[in-house]
Amino acid sequence: MNIEQANQQAVERMMEARPVLVGIGTARDVIPGMRDNLLLHAGAPITWERASGPMRGAITGALILEGKASSEAEAQQLVESGEIELEPCHHHNAVGPMAGVTSASMAVYIVEDKTYGGLAYSNLNEGYGKVLRYGAYSEEVINRLTWMTETMAPVLKAAIEASGGIDIKALLAEALHMGDEGHNRNKAGSILYLKALAPHVARTCSDSSVAGDVLQAIGDNALSVLNPVMAACKAMADAAHGIEGSTIVSTMARNGTDFGIRVSGLGDQWFTAPVGTPQGLYFPNFTADDASGDIGDSTITETIGIGGFAMATAPAIVTFVSGTPKDALNTTMEMYEINYTEHKYFTMPQLDFRGTPTGIDIRKVVETGITPRVNTGIAHKEAGVGQIGAGLVRPPMACFEQALIAYAEKYGI
Amino acid sequence: MPITKTEIRRGAYYDSIILMQLQAGLADLDGIENVGVMMGTEANKALLTQTNLLTDEAKSALPDDLIIAVQGQDEATVSTALSQIDKLLAKRHSVIEEMDYLPQSIEAATKMLPSANWVLISVPGRYAAGVAREALRFDKHVFLYSDNVSAEDELSLKHEAAEKGLLVMGADCGTAIVNGVGLGFANQIRRGPIGVVGASGTGLQQVTARIHQLGSGITHALGTGGRDLSEQMGAITARQSLDLLSRDPNTQVIVLISKPPAKGVADSLLRLARSSGKPVVVNFIGYQPPAEIHGIQFARTLDHAAELAVMLAKQPMPGLSRGKPVESAPSTGKDGQARYLRGLFSGGTLAYEALLILQEYLPLVYSNAPLDRAYKLSDSLVSQQHTIVDLGEDEFTVGRLHPMMDNSLRIQRLQQEANDPEVAVILLDVVLGHGAHADPVSELAPVIGAALAQADEAGRNLKIVALVCGTNEDPQDMSAQIEMLQQAGAYVETNNETAVRYVGQKLQGLNPTSGLAPVSLEMLDQPLAAINVGLESFTASLQTQEAQVIHVNWRPPAGGNQKLMDILARMKKK
Repeated sequence: MNIEQANQQAVERMMEARPVLVGIGTARDVIPGMRDNLLLHAGAPITWERASGPMRGAITGALILEGKASSEAEAQQLVESGEIELEPCHHHNAVGPMAGVTSASMAVYIVEDKTYGGLAYSNLNEGYGKVLRYGAYSEEVINRLTWMTETMAPVLKAAIEASGGIDIKALLAEALHMGDEGHNRNKAGSILYLKALAPHVARTCSDSSVAGDVLQAIGDNALSVLNPVMAACKAMADAAHGIEGSTIVSTMARNGTDFGIRVSGLGDQWFTAPVGTPQGLYFPNFTADDASGDIGDSTITETIGIGGFAMATAPAIVTFVSGTPKDALNTTMEMYEINYTEHKYFTMPQLDFRGTPTGIDIRKVVETGITPRVNTGIAHKEAGVGQIGAGLVRPPMACFEQALIAYAEKYGI
Repeated sequence: MPITKTEIRRGAYYDSIILMQLQAGLADLDGIENVGVMMGTEANKALLTQTNLLTDEAKSALPDDLIIAVQGQDEATVSTALSQIDKLLAKRHSVIEEMDYLPQSIEAATKMLPSANWVLISVPGRYAAGVAREALRFDKHVFLYSDNVSAEDELSLKHEAAEKGLLVMGADCGTAIVNGVGLGFANQIRRGPIGVVGASGTGLQQVTARIHQLGSGITHALGTGGRDLSEQMGAITARQSLDLLSRDPNTQVIVLISKPPAKGVADSLLRLARSSGKPVVVNFIGYQPPAEIHGIQFARTLDHAAELAVMLAKQPMPGLSRGKPVESAPSTGKDGQARYLRGLFSGGTLAYEALLILQEYLPLVYSNAPLDRAYKLSDSLVSQQHTIVDLGEDEFTVGRLHPMMDNSLRIQRLQQEANDPEVAVILLDVVLGHGAHADPVSELAPVIGAALAQADEAGRNLKIVALVCGTNEDPQDMSAQIEMLQQAGAYVETNNETAVRYVGQKLQGLNPTSGLAPVSLEMLDQPLAAINVGLESFTASLQTQEAQVIHVNWRPPAGGNQKLMDILARMKKK
């Protein structure tokens, strides 16, 4: 099989995967390899020493939630002593936005790829403000997480199971025609998610007050579908991973310190380089000086062809790319240069229903000097502050250059 | 002491991004210290409290209310800022007029302009070959303006292009005019009947300009690059171009200009020119022309070349360019496919004249009695490529009657040729009259019929052409002989020149005269559409000429990192 055939197979699998949200479970019960002394986190492997502020804060919060620590210092001691281990979500078929920290007792979404049979997992979205994924771990954060695990998750689990599964691929395709790009803007998708859940919540939840709280939490949070979407993207990316000879990127993820990529034909090796700081718009009183390095597994959306790559279809957030709808179109046009194909199912009305750029090809990235464009939230660099803005970022070119050299070595080129 | 003022807007929905943009716009105004633009949720109010932006008015806002809080030096500054809200919210960027994206790779450009048939390359020489390879990968013809391309690269590009039936003009090609559109440096030249092939940019310009001045015009002017006619390049592009123009029905006269080519290259080009079937004017600047070659006129200067071409276009040379252009190009050229001529003559002079006329159509024809000793059959009993055999030569008549009387040798040879899958056309003469066989066709026709049937069965396209030399008063009854031949499936002519030219044209279509994969004539007919990589002025020039063009915003591959460039180049071969 030559490179073209391998890449063709990889993108076919990426596009033909059909991720369906089938349920919710407890991390320790459902995520492969999950254990009580393990925390999953976003991006490539990281140590406490190298971890960014938000990552340390999220680790601390998760350990507080698990009743293992009560302060950052204690958390540090547990992690540095090796008593608590850190491993990437990506090593466990999982993904998580921003810090992505997932602990054993947390509830997680279960997404099943109905075409190839793969499973993928993601934690539940907490909403805005002070949240664990941005490194906040105050009491209200922990209380919210506890409510999510104890109250919200069982209601959602029953509703999802009663629905027979929610087809996230179809939901995404629809949301892309409603102004979402699937990464930073998930307003339409979250409403579609609410619509899919609501009748089943009403039928399965006997406590109408709780049902109301849960539906409100889903409806108020324009990112509520982000986590199932990310798990769905993970399932699609995994379907394309491990094709011998392929130069297609199958993972892009940030741990707040390093940007890491993996390539379909290069096994589980990470290619990392220091993350950049996103360019974007900030909440009142915050500036770029407050921003943490780029963080989160949510770049799994760009990895499979949406998010920043589908900018043309999300005119409501074009201000991220300097302002005009034309710039949004140009962003997508630029991404066509480095992607292997155009998505069969994810289309954009603004480009006459052309498919989104899909399947980042390391050859094209290195050759053209164009790196992927990623839409992202911006975290404060200190633990506990939370989100301070949103914007755009690009991975460092070095990741792709290293991968190309590794490919040449592995395949004797 | 800074002051804070708040404006509350009810029932207004704005995407949060618009609000953040409004906030940024207000914060940019002179004298403004802090701004909060948010919906009036409890969480947002808490945020405003932290930043001292929560006025009493804002405290009473509901979740669906938009709070705009502005803090500044003084009352006037803040009020001015608040008055800007509507203007800032209404600020519209230009709507999408048209796509203005400049692609950064040839691949992206091909998707944006799928009709592009040419790629113009004027990037620094070090990168030019790589860009040209990319263009060939997408099946585009290449106008390679860049210089400092190594000879090895140029040769490999030309070979690759020739295999795909594509042209690489250059390297260091300054001028070409394709279908009325000038590439690189070119004059505005009227369309007309003259096709030009030039290895010299200014030579091409001078000749085409002079043709225009003399009231005539050109079909196309194809550049080759100065190095094309060197021994090493073997005139690949010039040969392709000559072949292309010889097949182009609109080109009536061909001009070939170059600085003096290498000797061997000159000979092969002249042989090709002679077989183009069209009058050719050659100006190998400063070259001593050999003795007159049929069909070729040597010009002393560029201007003289133009004058000769214009004159020839008005009065085509007798005997040349007759008849219709070759029929639609049949399947051509691949090994093993039928493309060769076998002429089986009983009349020596008829064979000799056939060889003379075929020079205008075919680069070389073998014979047992060739015009040039270099093309003598090594074994008269075995044909090679295109062959004309005079079966009346002494070597065949030892102990046997002359083939005008005895058909046995010809029948045997006819069967032999018809069985050769590489044979496309068999030409034979049937000489009637006193002394000749009393009814030659009665013996030949069954063999012809069987050969055609057998070829047909094998899916081969075999043609048998018979020249009948005789009169209606001959003892054999010419009409009856012709009728029998036609019934057997042969194409019959009674005039040698007509028969040979018919055969010549047929074979020309099957045999690109350059010996290379033919460049499709469609390329000349389609409106020129190009991808330009390099000098922006070339894009502007094409736009001025109303040709479709897309400019590639080119950067050195892999940022010019040689190690990565080498890996990428090797991966492309995998």
